[in-house]
Amino acid sequence: MASEARPKLAVYKFSSCDGCQLALLNLEDELLSLVGAVEIAYFLEASSATLPGPYDVALVEGSVTTAEDVERIHAIRKDAKCLMTIGACATTGGIQALRNWKDVNEFIRCVYARPEYIHTLKDSTPISKHVKVDLELNGCPINKVQALEVLTALLQGRAPHLPPHAVCMECKRRGTVCVTVAQGIACLGPLTHAGCGALCPSYNRGCYGCFGPMENPNPDSLAAHLLSTGVSRSHVIQLLRGFTGYSDAFRAASDKLERIAQ
Amino acid sequence: MSQMNTQPASLPLRTVKVDYLTRVEGEGGLYVRAEGDQLREVKLNIFEPPRFFEAFLRGRYFQEVPDITARICGICPVAYQMSSVHALEAALGVKPGPEIRLLRRLLYCAEWIESHALHIYLLQAPDFLGYDSAIAMAADHPREVEQGLRLKKIGNNLLELMGGRATHPVSVCVGGFYKVPRRRDLLKLHADLEWGLNASLETVRLVAGFKFPDFAPDYEFVSVSHPDEYPMNERRIISSAGVDVEPAEFERVFAEEHVERSTALHSRKVTSGSSYFVGPLARLNLNREKLMPRAREAADTCGITWPSRNPFQGIVARAIEMTHAYEEALSLIEAYQEPARSREDLRVVHAGEGCAATEAPRGVLYHRYKINDQGLVEFAKIVPPTSQNYRRMEDDLWLYLPGILDRPEPEIARACEDLIRNYDPCISCSTHFLRLKLDRE
Repeated sequence: MASEARPKLAVYKFSSCDGCQLALLNLEDELLSLVGAVEIAYFLEASSATLPGPYDVALVEGSVTTAEDVERIHAIRKDAKCLMTIGACATTGGIQALRNWKDVNEFIRCVYARPEYIHTLKDSTPISKHVKVDLELNGCPINKVQALEVLTALLQGRAPHLPPHAVCMECKRRGTVCVTVAQGIACLGPLTHAGCGALCPSYNRGCYGCFGPMENPNPDSLAAHLLSTGVSRSHVIQLLRGFTGYSDAFRAASDKLERIAQ
Repeated sequence: MSQMNTQPASLPLRTVKVDYLTRVEGEGGLYVRAEGDQLREVKLNIFEPPRFFEAFLRGRYFQEVPDITARICGICPVAYQMSSVHALEAALGVKPGPEIRLLRRLLYCAEWIESHALHIYLLQAPDFLGYDSAIAMAADHPREVEQGLRLKKIGNNLLELMGGRATHPVSVCVGGFYKVPRRRDLLKLHADLEWGLNASLETVRLVAGFKFPDFAPDYEFVSVSHPDEYPMNERRIISSAGVDVEPAEFERVFAEEHVERSTALHSRKVTSGSSYFVGPLARLNLNREKLMPRAREAADTCGITWPSRNPFQGIVARAIEMTHAYEEALSLIEAYQEPARSREDLRVVHAGEGCAATEAPRGVLYHRYKINDQGLVEFAKIVPPTSQNYRRMEDDLWLYLPGILDRPEPEIARACEDLIRNYDPCISCSTHFLRLKLDRE
């Protein structure tokens, strides 16, 4: 196949753990065919060779936390026909968005002996707060099978098949007995976007929301239920303020619970 | 003749700059300034943005900690889970039973396998074989790349079986596991693990045959050490210069400092202020006699004299450790009996403080926590392996660069990157890595 016929793929990293980029390298069985179908034009974690833009697809991992990040994401957007965020950090701000409820300067003093050397923004924000995003892939980390589906759909020019329902549906499908109903464990499954295969309940624990909110969730109802079963308000707030806590739906719900408490 | 030109022609000003180090985890750069053959400045610039884990862990419930610290690193989440559960169990005064201990070793073996296979085949072998990436290498060496991918995949399969997924597995908790694997499910991986053991032995032969630059600084190697087993989860910390302490004394012997060019803290020894070396080469040099029999035999017959002070031979140490991890995983699975209970009951907690050091694929990972009587974290300290190696990487560059300064700049930049990749740096972890810039004067 002539190399100019292959779409050019670029992979970028912002503030993150590298786990979502790694999901691409974890496609061990498909990796070599994938690089036959697309040209890896920019992927620093995997290759020292880079090709100039523009790129057909830009995959963005990580959240925006510095002034340079803001400039960089705009430049990336200009260079990319299709920009897709991969993972909870890029899509919702990530676990590092817990700073958004606190004083970042106090955080800097807590971790670094010389605060004056550190330059960071007050908030950790998702990519969509800064530029237009064409597609968002959820997960902390993303599910590599979903990543492959999205790339395949893009190559075939069709819409990707990403089921929009809640984790609860995945529990029913795999036959996991509801951990909230049967064991009284606090679980974000009813609010959380499917995609992981309902892993946590199958390990006797509650979902901690790493795929972010599903479309039109009802967090108030879940919070009321959890409170009625004796789960403390602070526990529900912390559960909502996890890896996707800065998503609009989870943030609104945890802020509301905090206001009621005051 | 221009009066402005005060530089003798033999002393050209040169700078070499690597803006982004590649095939490393996370973001950093390198700046080098030289006057003729005199090296003036070497700086590793770590610009991976800070994420403030130690700050936002405060106020979280202790049982959330292993899930949160896993997110420090997508390559070695199990290491962060292991150091945090051991430190928190020390704080709570809990000691899970022997079956849990063995399952934790099995989980660690799985992570060492996937992380070492990734680094050997996808990140570092291209340096020795002269390619920009494993993808480019695959065109000429398809068998090796496919072997590397399968070696990595088996590690990931074991992680998935034990933790639901390879990255950020969900089974680990303070006190044990949310759910333990079934013996019959683990035994299904037996044939793959046997293949992996043989492929790892082949990997040792392959990488031991690479051409290594002649370079052997006087390192102080540091690792965890255990009287009966190759170090993973416990327990003392030892060095080639005679350190032998409990984890509680770690901060008395090793200190972190904050340097201007970096969002990562750099570690040094408190007494001498000098750098030290953690990771597979340090572990192997200090614990070779604890290797499993076939890994030990591979180490003794691969043609390299141990202890080795050549950092480029780290790739051989990594391959020997991958062999060990496959061999130990097989033996753990054969001996495995499902425990009667998967975890300790931790519904009643008390205030306490505890620390632990475990061996992440890249080296010693130290955690310390203070929790209150509600089980909430009051203080967290995390010292990742890469921040312990930064000062050593800079010291290496000071020693290595004078020998190669006469080369063209792209070659110098590439050689520096190759040297740094020996450490398998994980910049994402340590920020709390590389663009090369070389100024020649």
